[in-house]
Amino acid sequence: MGCCFARFGEEEMSQGRSDAELRLVTPGMAIGPCAGKRIGSGAIALNDEIIATKLGWAKEFNGTVSVDPINSSYIPRSGDLIVATVAEVRNNLWFMNINGSFQGLLPMSLAPWKVEFGAARQHMGIGDVALARVQEVDECHNVVLTMKGIGLRRLNQGALLTVPVNHIDRIKGKDNSTLERLKSASDCRIIIGQNGKVWVDGDAQGIAWSRAAIEIAQRSGHKDTFEAELTAHEKNAPIRGEQ
Amino acid sequence: MMGGYGDVQLLRDDGLRLDGRKIDEMRPVSIEAGILPAADGSAMVTHGLNVAVAAVYGPMEAHPRKIQRQDRAVIDVRYNMAPFSTSDRIRPGYNRRSREISKVTAEALESVVLVERFPRSKIRVEIEILAAEAGTRCAGITAASVALADAGIPMRDFIVGVASGKVEDTVVLDLDKAEDNYGQADLPVGILPNTGEIAFLQMDGDLSPDEYNLAMEYNFKAAAEIHEVMVDALKRRYEGGEN
Repeated sequence: MGCCFARFGEEEMSQGRSDAELRLVTPGMAIGPCAGKRIGSGAIALNDEIIATKLGWAKEFNGTVSVDPINSSYIPRSGDLIVATVAEVRNNLWFMNINGSFQGLLPMSLAPWKVEFGAARQHMGIGDVALARVQEVDECHNVVLTMKGIGLRRLNQGALLTVPVNHIDRIKGKDNSTLERLKSASDCRIIIGQNGKVWVDGDAQGIAWSRAAIEIAQRSGHKDTFEAELTAHEKNAPIRGEQ
Repeated sequence: MMGGYGDVQLLRDDGLRLDGRKIDEMRPVSIEAGILPAADGSAMVTHGLNVAVAAVYGPMEAHPRKIQRQDRAVIDVRYNMAPFSTSDRIRPGYNRRSREISKVTAEALESVVLVERFPRSKIRVEIEILAAEAGTRCAGITAASVALADAGIPMRDFIVGVASGKVEDTVVLDLDKAEDNYGQADLPVGILPNTGEIAFLQMDGDLSPDEYNLAMEYNFKAAAEIHEVMVDALKRRYEGGEN
């Protein structure tokens, strides 16, 4: 039932493991029998069969069948490093837009400053951007953020960009190799939040180049042409142009 | 009996319908996914002369809070026919018919979307009918289904909207405007193509048990054909994909 075709880069994605299998599936499509298999994310068991629940790449690894979605929203998890925007300010807390289904809550006790009751907006107002970490997520999607930690701070300048959440690993590359390439080519500071928000800070030329690189990721992040497009874009990099 | 114009000839002497189709032949269907950049997922369905555009936003926090469900998401559907969608201008805004179709569409979609994954959330589905020629609720449901998959919302199956009916005591598949207006019965259904379940069913007019069975047989056949087009649309959107 449905579609199954060879996938570009399959060997690379499976890291040479012979038990890995990848194919494009749509919701409701049968991936295979349940027997002896564990069911991972993006799949459910129905009538002794594993059924895909999302559009994405079905894969089997170490006996677990799952679907890597092509498109998905940000689901916050405890420990995630995110770039958040202040949406609302109260006397003793901030509501932060974390690019997810629900706003995150940053209480003044978890802010990096000594905040008096009622003085929260003196430190961060609506629209301000901060680098924060997800402290806690409960079963009702209440998200608590913290700014206590090394490097967590308000981001005073720079540009805020957005990338699809499922393309983040692709933009970072293996061991952040692609991200380091972007940083060195643009001569900018770049932070990729796990919520799909990217903070870029540097000179105007570098930010413009980074913005174009992020647009490539938005447009072609799921395609096998991504690497080639990024390499071509690197030839126009500000640093390379000066050399 | 629908319409009430019993003297209108809807079948030609050669047994074909007024537009030249056989009695079990569907109007041409084409689907395009991801047409709206601002939406989380979108699709456009062209079914004969019907054009339906669906956009999906979310999951997001459900507002106002009184509509929140602590154990699941709510699906908020808004079906609307554009004023220019028919030869007579339609008064803009909600009316009895659009409320009814929005409600049945939401209930049909709730049966396939894994709403329990998103407590307290809302998934917003906007269906806009740009051109109407009978069967707009079916085209709308099909478009919403593809848009939900495009948005990465987990579903246990697609829903395909199809309709059969009766004209001149003959059961026919996929009524056009004249057949819908002057025919004897109309049977729109929402079918889950992989499991064969029925998510919604409405009937206008009278059908005998045998006629009903034949109409459902036509509907299932058409649903399988439309499902292939839906899968193909999503594959085309992400062709060359490598995740």
